[in-house]
Amino acid sequence: MGESRRRPFTYVLRCAVVGYLLLLVVWPLVLVVTHAFEGGAGTVLGLFAEPGTLAALRLTALAAVLATAINLVFGVAISLVLVRVQFPGKRILSALVDLPLAVSPVVVGLALMLVYSGRTGWFGPTLESWGLTVIFSTPGIVMATAFVSLPLVVREVVPVLHEIGTEQEQAAASLGASGTQTFWRITLPSIKWAVVYGVVLTLARSLGEFGAVKVVSGNVLGQTRTATLAVEEMYLNFDQQGAYAIAFLLASVSVLAILIVSVLRSRAERTERKATP
Amino acid sequence: MSRTTSLTTARETRAPSSARPGSSEDGLSDDGAPRRTAHRAGPRRPVSTLTRTSGLGLGVTMLWFSLLVLVPLAAVVATAAAGGPAEFWRAVTTEQTLHAIRLTVLAATAVTCLNVVAGTAIAWVLVRDSFPGKRALEVVIDVPFALPTIVAGLVLLSLYGSSSPLGLHWANTPWSVYLAFAFVTLPFVVRTVQPVLAELDADVEEAAASLGASRTTTFRRIVLPSIAPAIAAGAALSFARGMGEYGSLVLLSGNLPFTSEVASVRILSSIENDNLAGAAAVATVLLLVSLAVIGVLDVVQRRVARRG
Amino acid sequence: MSIEISAVTKYFGDFRALDAVDLSIPTGKITALLGPSGGGKTTLLRIIAGLERPDAGRVVIEGTDATGLPVQQRNVGFVFQHYAAFKHLTVAKNVAFGLEIRKRPADEVRRRVDELLELVHLGQFAHRLPSQLSGGQRQRMALARALAIEPTVLLLDEPFGALDAKVRKELRDWLRRLHDEVHVTTVFVTHDQEEALEVADEIVVISEGRVEQVGTPDELYDAPANDFVMSFLGPVTRLGGVLVRPHDVEISLVPVLDGAEGTVARVQRIGFAERVTVLTDDGEDVVVEMTRTSARTLGIGVGQTVWLSAAAGAPSARAGVSA
Repeated sequence: MGESRRRPFTYVLRCAVVGYLLLLVVWPLVLVVTHAFEGGAGTVLGLFAEPGTLAALRLTALAAVLATAINLVFGVAISLVLVRVQFPGKRILSALVDLPLAVSPVVVGLALMLVYSGRTGWFGPTLESWGLTVIFSTPGIVMATAFVSLPLVVREVVPVLHEIGTEQEQAAASLGASGTQTFWRITLPSIKWAVVYGVVLTLARSLGEFGAVKVVSGNVLGQTRTATLAVEEMYLNFDQQGAYAIAFLLASVSVLAILIVSVLRSRAERTERKATP
Repeated sequence: MSRTTSLTTARETRAPSSARPGSSEDGLSDDGAPRRTAHRAGPRRPVSTLTRTSGLGLGVTMLWFSLLVLVPLAAVVATAAAGGPAEFWRAVTTEQTLHAIRLTVLAATAVTCLNVVAGTAIAWVLVRDSFPGKRALEVVIDVPFALPTIVAGLVLLSLYGSSSPLGLHWANTPWSVYLAFAFVTLPFVVRTVQPVLAELDADVEEAAASLGASRTTTFRRIVLPSIAPAIAAGAALSFARGMGEYGSLVLLSGNLPFTSEVASVRILSSIENDNLAGAAAVATVLLLVSLAVIGVLDVVQRRVARRG
Repeated sequence: MSIEISAVTKYFGDFRALDAVDLSIPTGKITALLGPSGGGKTTLLRIIAGLERPDAGRVVIEGTDATGLPVQQRNVGFVFQHYAAFKHLTVAKNVAFGLEIRKRPADEVRRRVDELLELVHLGQFAHRLPSQLSGGQRQRMALARALAIEPTVLLLDEPFGALDAKVRKELRDWLRRLHDEVHVTTVFVTHDQEEALEVADEIVVISEGRVEQVGTPDELYDAPANDFVMSFLGPVTRLGGVLVRPHDVEISLVPVLDGAEGTVARVQRIGFAERVTVLTDDGEDVVVEMTRTSARTLGIGVGQTVWLSAAAGAPSARAGVSA
């Protein structure tokens, strides 16, 4: 594909693509920002000082961090198991790990409710008798959030594990390192960046979950209302300012996450290209 | 080759990487020496350096995965089946529900077809074209994936709602469903096709050109077959996402029965009306679609791995 | 004997990689496991290391039965074809790894690392990352890393296979000289007969999971046990049903007793040698190699009738196992 000759088709395609993206994503996004700041920046900040809003933000942050921590540990564990260990049914597990990407969030909420609801769930009543409330409470929100963002760490780490192969680990073993030593000194450092990307993506996804959380939370103001639920409620209660303000905050965090991953990735690529002789 | 800043890269369609762990290299042919064995030393099982730990790890992982994912999803199917097939059928075929499902399937299909074309076009521009501001496009593509769905609804509302500067008042109409689906599924085909396109050897296309193939023919007969699995994977994900989409429709579509109500909204109403069996029935339908999609992804990945 | 291998058998699924192999590896020498790809030599090496488990048989290292020991406890130094460098650690940290695992005091580790880096001429690269080194340098680092733990045996799996020809030759000489200094029992796997002949004190020819012959380079070259070993270690041609070396075939323009009559089909000039292909009346395509001078003296040309015979005392495969 010669750089010098640009056929008209190239320009047409470029314009079509840019136009599509402008109309579908960019312009609407810009409008949200302008709507959010219609009453001035001061109003926006004032909205965030409201206790109800603060509680929602705090809950969202808590649930997101917890869900991310859980998915970090189990995500890395699943990745290792999928790549380094042979067992019957491995292929099915590998496919199932992707399931949360294809399942509707409402179905996720329903599924968790059917099992963990204190009234009618399979395990719910038992857990209740132990004093553990899941549905309509924070643990439920954490579980729902963990469910939907489950595959993200795994999808980042698995290809990297495949790529680096087992040779370094074999070398470490031949030098006397035990399994745990090999894991902490060799395996983990070599998947470091994949884990970072996975964590950032999981956090972003967790902060934004709506459908599943709506089902399991019961949406009790101040207790189980997350930031996304707050956006819906405020808008439906004609508090458009408030809705747009929180929406703007959430959108900013999402875009920030994308930018971070993008910058980190291009920097990692650049050092890779420089180093290899 | 720059790796994309993708949030939705399907690992399934990435070109398989180099030597699998432990495999021996096929040696150079020896001068004049006859090859006694023509075949390699068979597949080597990966040397697991976490032997006792791996068994424990597998067990704990499976336990957690079951408690979080498998058991709840099984509960959905079990609850739907509890009343027997007649009950299931009844719940799924109420007029309102049927309409919702039909709208959902129609919109998901239509938008998936749109994405196949648009997604491939966008991936092409990202990989083959260069112009100032192209990097910004990369970020834009990922926005729908990272954005909370409720915010997505709000975002679309600002341009296509009642106060639309473009005069497009699609809120509370069936068009809102198509619009919302198009938004949230935007990245899927793009991100699966992009890496495959980027890795395509220019040599193959040059060879085709030297043999007389026009650009269109080269695209149709050389490029397209190579990216077809990637497109399929992206399309499958796009379809599944559309089928299950909820958050972006809450504010945008108005959830009007028989007009703009989708399957996921039906499920939520059923839950709110304490009709868990009914909710589970529709949910099972959606779940079957999800499983089918996962199956497609697995097949595609297998096909690519074999070809690579 | 440093390593005793008895009746080791290994299967990968249905494929038998090693078939009841018996072998003794001498102490303090360099032994080459030589053979075609897929023949089982790498598998055998990895079984000695403990990276694979045999399905049957025993491995005894320096008198200790190591068959059940995991690789961590065998104190073997293993060098991989693709270096297996710890990419996130500096060269010095790579070499220090085994010592740090063994919890040696920091100053001892530092001293030993410096020593070894000097030995492999990588002293100035101590703080570089492996990605900043060339292939040959990375392999030297891998060697230093393996030697750091003072292994009982040093095992190398096609150590120079991933390097280009010139670097390969340099490292071959270098390995030989290193061994002369360090004297650790060394076993290396290769499919390159020139490499084995040049570097090893003893060669084990392995093919299809079986040991074909064990001996010094001279023994293998001059007294091959069968057709396979003979073909593998050097050029061969078939005369009168027996394999001989092309340079051991004598061409005569006059009839020779017990000689094979034939017509010159082709004459090739390759550097200082001349390669003459003769189609004998028995239907054999015999390749004869001689110096340019000899060819000129004899006056060989295409189409001539000639008589071929094997030179007196020329090594040929002993009767027995056929190819």
